[in-house]
Amino acid sequence: MTSLPLIIALAWRNLWRNKRRTAVILFAMALGVWAMIVTAAFMRGMALQVLDDTIDNLTGHIQIHNNNYLDDPVIENSFKTNKAIESALQHTDIINWSNRIRVPAVISSERDTSGLVLVGIDPEREADLSFLKSSISEGQYFSGADDKGIIIGKKLAENLETRLGKRVVVITQNTRNEISDRGFRITGIYDTPTEGMETGFVFMTRRSAETLIGVANLSSEIAIITRSLEHVDPVIKALKSDLPDLDIQSWQTIQPFTQLIVEMYGDFQYIWHLIVFLAMSFGIINTLLMTIFERSREFGLFQALGLKPRFILMQVWIESMFMLAIALIIGNLVSWLTVLSTGDGIDVSAFAKGMEMAQLSNIIPFIIISEDLFLANSIVIVLGMLTGLYPAWRASRLVPANAITRV
Amino acid sequence: MNTKQTDLVVECQKITKTYQQGIIEVHALTDIDFNVQRGEFICLSGPSGSGKSTLLNMIGGLDAPSSGEIFIDGEEIDELDKSELADMRLHKIGFIFQAYNLIPVLTAQENIEMVMQMQGINKADRNRKSLSILKEVGLEGLENRKPPELSGGQQQRVAVARAIVSRPSLVLADEPTANLDSVTANKLIDLMLSMNEQHKTTFIISTHDPMIMQRAKTLVKLHDGKITEVISQE
Repeated sequence: MTSLPLIIALAWRNLWRNKRRTAVILFAMALGVWAMIVTAAFMRGMALQVLDDTIDNLTGHIQIHNNNYLDDPVIENSFKTNKAIESALQHTDIINWSNRIRVPAVISSERDTSGLVLVGIDPEREADLSFLKSSISEGQYFSGADDKGIIIGKKLAENLETRLGKRVVVITQNTRNEISDRGFRITGIYDTPTEGMETGFVFMTRRSAETLIGVANLSSEIAIITRSLEHVDPVIKALKSDLPDLDIQSWQTIQPFTQLIVEMYGDFQYIWHLIVFLAMSFGIINTLLMTIFERSREFGLFQALGLKPRFILMQVWIESMFMLAIALIIGNLVSWLTVLSTGDGIDVSAFAKGMEMAQLSNIIPFIIISEDLFLANSIVIVLGMLTGLYPAWRASRLVPANAITRV
Repeated sequence: MNTKQTDLVVECQKITKTYQQGIIEVHALTDIDFNVQRGEFICLSGPSGSGKSTLLNMIGGLDAPSSGEIFIDGEEIDELDKSELADMRLHKIGFIFQAYNLIPVLTAQENIEMVMQMQGINKADRNRKSLSILKEVGLEGLENRKPPELSGGQQQRVAVARAIVSRPSLVLADEPTANLDSVTANKLIDLMLSMNEQHKTTFIISTHDPMIMQRAKTLVKLHDGKITEVISQE
């Protein structure tokens, strides 16, 4: 391998022989790497945003229901909160939980009426679990378990032509299948990125809901937040063992669309990386083949002087590896700067309707994680190494007598 | 491997080279028998297409004959694979071409050291030998210049220095003076003759240049791929 230092030096110097061409191909390759990483960061941000929004929008990581509730979400399909449940919820990987009453209801202002879901919550527990407290735009969150007010969405207030401080009437069925109604003063209005949320849910305390429906100590669901997504499955396993009579589901089964988006993201990333690399590889191959054509006399001379064909192959290949390495460094650096410059994310409110359909917020953060960086760089390195082999092989196969005399 | 003890540097037996150009067969060399003694200074002459360069390429292992055998230092080269041929050229043969002799990204000294580096000679020895040979060919002080910064004559001198620096058995030169003016060409011939005298290096030069033909020890004339005349001029 005495020729190795020589061919490494030659490969490096040859890279800068035609500076303009090298700059153009480096720009194209770095752009490809940038496109891979930044798109991955955007898609990852979008997928995690969907996931966060889903978990934040009342779903939580895990939910506990009566076995029949998900098929027929009426008050009869509720369950009593007892010591066994409270004990099971003491699991070390559960960081928060909240039990709720959820029933279909109709809300009526002095001007309009709307059908929605009434949610009775424990204000203290719910404060850290879902979006509600942090989304109050007018008025205030519940002051305590005895608060008699109602919190409605901003869009619903617009639709009902009502406002903070006004009274609305909530109508629902009680456990005896009789109509039960009651007036509530609007003490808070919440504002979220999704209008569907704002028009679909109103909130009151559990105590108010129990009074309205005529029940006590009943829960439609318990939403649970675990330490992380990795803890969801073990916690479900433990809860199922402790509470065999209840239905315990993860966010994936409760919100399959979110799960689909997260899974699609992974597949899309592979396809996107391959498309970008394919375009990039044409640049690499074309440049190297041009180089070989232009330098065929030089390769012939090398062979005449006694350089073995495998070292000629290595010289061209190492040259392409230098190009690849520089493009990767530039591409990664620029990607990092791009993501850094976007701060909390980019505002996509121009596409608000479409984003809402996908259950997305208007601000999409760019998130780079090590796995995505590793994947993008690995694809470029592995396929780049293979791509560089063909031109290198062509160079090593030149017949010296023909190569030297080529004009 | 077929190897024999001999004082012949080059031994060609019944060398034939036929190229296929479409449906036409072109006989570049026909039944060439050609031997070269150690220390010779031979000039191959003849019109264009006579087979001079083809014969040099065959001897240097840059191309393979259609038939016949070639021995370099007693070693039959058509039995060697590409890698072994490269090794043979590295250790036994120096080349000087008409043009594009030097690697443009290397300095004059690096161009000379390149062959020694491939041979595995250590850096200190390479440095000493390359500076010494640069002085010998009259290029002292120009060691750090790259080929584009050297004149055509200076580039050919670097090529001669590179060809002989590791004392090969044989130097093959294909039209080495073709791109040079007469004064520079004459100096280059002086240089090659002096290397031949001092180091007993064998030279085979293909040329149209009458100056080289006059000063060669042996003049071999080719025509239509055949040796027509061998003239000893010593």
